[in-house]
Amino acid sequence: MTRQGAQEESDNMLIDEPQLPQRAQIAALPDEFNPSYLKLYYSKLFPHSDLYRWMSYGNDGKHPGCDSSYLGRREFSYTLDNDIFVRYNTFNSAAELENSIKEKCPLKIDIGPIYNLNPANRNAYAGDNVLTPVERELIFDIDMTDYDDVRYCCSGADVCLDCWPLMTVAIKVIDTSLRDDFGFRHILWVYSGRRGVHCWVCDRKARWLTNEQRAAVADYFRVYKGNENSNKKVTLMGQVLHPFLARSYTEVLKEYFETKLLTSQNILSSEERYEKILDMIPDQSIASELRAKWQDGRRSSSAKEDINIVRWEQLKQLLQRHKAQGVRRCVEEIVFTFTYPRLDMEVSKHMNHLLKAPFCVHPKTGRVCVPIDPNNCEEFDPTTVPTLTQLLEELNREGFRSDVEGEWNKTSLGNAIKLFRSSFLQPLLKSCKEEMESSYNAKLQQSKNLLSW
Amino acid sequence: MQVVRSHQSHTSFSSSTGSVSATPTLPLYRSAPELEVRLEDFESFAIDRLRVLKGISDGLSRGKKPDEMEKLVNELWKTNMRHQDSSQVLNKDIISHFVLRLVYCRTEELRKWFLSMESALFRHRFRNQTAEAQRAIMEEFDLPCKAVSNAEFESLKEKLGQVARSIGHNLSLSTADAIYYKVPFEEVPELVAGRKVFINQGYAYVAMNQVVSLVATIFRSLLSKALILTNRKWATSIREQEQHRLTPIVEALCSSYLGPDYSQPKEYGEISLKDIDQLAKSSFPLCMRHLFEKLREDHHLKHAGRMQLGLFLKGVGLNVDDSLAFWREEFSKKDYTPYSCQKIILSTPGVGDHHGCPYRHFGEENLRAALSKMGVNSRAMEDVMGKVRNRDYQLACTLTFEALHAAPCDAGINHPNQYFSDSQKLLKAKKDSSA
Repeated sequence: MTRQGAQEESDNMLIDEPQLPQRAQIAALPDEFNPSYLKLYYSKLFPHSDLYRWMSYGNDGKHPGCDSSYLGRREFSYTLDNDIFVRYNTFNSAAELENSIKEKCPLKIDIGPIYNLNPANRNAYAGDNVLTPVERELIFDIDMTDYDDVRYCCSGADVCLDCWPLMTVAIKVIDTSLRDDFGFRHILWVYSGRRGVHCWVCDRKARWLTNEQRAAVADYFRVYKGNENSNKKVTLMGQVLHPFLARSYTEVLKEYFETKLLTSQNILSSEERYEKILDMIPDQSIASELRAKWQDGRRSSSAKEDINIVRWEQLKQLLQRHKAQGVRRCVEEIVFTFTYPRLDMEVSKHMNHLLKAPFCVHPKTGRVCVPIDPNNCEEFDPTTVPTLTQLLEELNREGFRSDVEGEWNKTSLGNAIKLFRSSFLQPLLKSCKEEMESSYNAKLQQSKNLLSW
Repeated sequence: MQVVRSHQSHTSFSSSTGSVSATPTLPLYRSAPELEVRLEDFESFAIDRLRVLKGISDGLSRGKKPDEMEKLVNELWKTNMRHQDSSQVLNKDIISHFVLRLVYCRTEELRKWFLSMESALFRHRFRNQTAEAQRAIMEEFDLPCKAVSNAEFESLKEKLGQVARSIGHNLSLSTADAIYYKVPFEEVPELVAGRKVFINQGYAYVAMNQVVSLVATIFRSLLSKALILTNRKWATSIREQEQHRLTPIVEALCSSYLGPDYSQPKEYGEISLKDIDQLAKSSFPLCMRHLFEKLREDHHLKHAGRMQLGLFLKGVGLNVDDSLAFWREEFSKKDYTPYSCQKIILSTPGVGDHHGCPYRHFGEENLRAALSKMGVNSRAMEDVMGKVRNRDYQLACTLTFEALHAAPCDAGINHPNQYFSDSQKLLKAKKDSSA
């Protein structure tokens, strides 16, 4: 259903329906993205050294505990022009990494795992399965298209400010859990460039998790179990909710549902839409009662109040006082269905899954994959993320002003890189250094103990 | 393990190097002990342990609840695993386990049974250990669990209670339930995946019963691997080497199994096909009645159904008539034993199949119809359906038996041939008394 269509339909249904607000949409302009712009981008703006330092995890220093083979065992893959995909690119120094990217000018750079040996040598060893991943960040991929059945403003590749809050919710819920429940600290959230977000958990413990353990974390987060055949895709069992779900509900989901999504998505405003909700109610008599109330479209209460809010209140009134817990629980189940994060399980479960590197440019939108600050994620606006063209225009404008930091500091990219460094890279590298020193000292102590015999 | 003749003196030492017995009372059987065993102890210890395992097997197949099983295991252990010399109790435990490994390693089916019973036994014994002993065992199994201090428990009690209620366990305030272990979340991926534990700052808080499950799973997987190795050793060297001494004992131990032997049917003489119609109506359990009816209707049964019914009929004493060619090919090759209820319940009938246990595999309506056709009255029907809903399939069949024969069946039904023979006994007795 197009935006236009939705507006007309709602206008016909209800007398006092307020005007739907204008929504900015991210345009996919064909000439937004130009491979020659990309060359300029990689030459002047892309933060090569930051990527290098991140990927080295402290092994690029002079400390005796450094592993000089570390970076070389990491896989990078390139998507080149004409859909050519090249895997197993490896680099042993910052210069190699930077020069390769500048030269090859990949449309997309993916980061893979760290293997047991340098993938460049993989054919030198006989036997299958010689190359195995040994370290890999714990990653998550949240894509707006997985929510298509609960958002009415857009569908498919489109994203707007009315449905973007779903990503905000996902970040808040997952980020809180990763920190409070799992104890992780070095977490990077990145805009995927078009319609979703990626999450990189970089703690040492996270990098060493096995596939089974990654799957366990992903399953811990999983609530939605949808397919076309079921009416109800969220079933919350048990007398009470698990503390993680309960916290997510009271701290994030309920508020976003009731104050934002209910109205911006017009979840109860039309028959087609409210029938979807009524289908989730196991008690037929309640569903019928609500249907009767809503069908004639007349409203007894104040015309000023949003119809969705009024109807939601009516629904809650009837459900929450019911004696059967399965019925009372329905309120939460509806909220979870419309708001709870939907993760791509496959991305998280396998150590060898490739994921796009931050600061790549999305070929369809021209937007840069910039970091998102989880503490301020409600401020993030995907429609104002710098695009490649915009950045190059800014560079031109600033012209010959020299900048100590780097060319990027003259542009809107500056803030993104600063955020990357201050909230993620620096704390991570500090932590890596500390770990390396303490583990090296421990080994020294051990060998001293042995020798003292 | 060294087996010596009875006239030789035997020395006892505690478990050897390598197999660190984590606790004085619950060995982990990680490796064979270096003990000397008298030949007659070799056999008698094993038989005593076997009584325990069979008792457990029996209890499980009767659908005993966990606390009943707990009592049963304790009784069985106390009764059978004693030794007049108290210092020998542990040795008897260890020796009997390893002897039974030899006995039960030889086929897939034997291994499965042994694994299940030993795991159940271990689970119950683990529960009864002291906290200290439990922690030692967990360490042995590489489960770095730490007991949660009282202070921490108090501060987390509400959240822990929430988790328990969210998975259907009611956290009572009894001391047993207040025992929690703290373990890095990555050590318990299954519990994390199912949101069955409270997680905080990287630690999962595991309840006592969950710990038992984890430990039992590890025990089971270790034993499973060990059994495969034992089998290999047995087949390649031990059996040959010991052919005049231990091998006959081991092989004899194996064939002393669960209950009456239905593979030698001699009780009711030979029965021919035309007698079966009447017998089916009066004395077949529902699973076999159903198969037999389908055979009559379609003149055909799929393989699994033929096996289940055919073996049952063999146990009954059916004269395998040559005209029934499709039986012949089944049974000319090997000697099969009629399936027990446990086995039948575990089967998985698909489309076009009629085998399996109707109490489990039929939908409620079909089951009611079938029972009503058998002649079960409506009051008994409700009792039976109650058992079915509770997944006590054998008890459901027992109640059916009792309803149809108007007589109690205290032993409970474990085997279709038992149903048949008990039924025949009752009917014969009635006939005799009325004559």
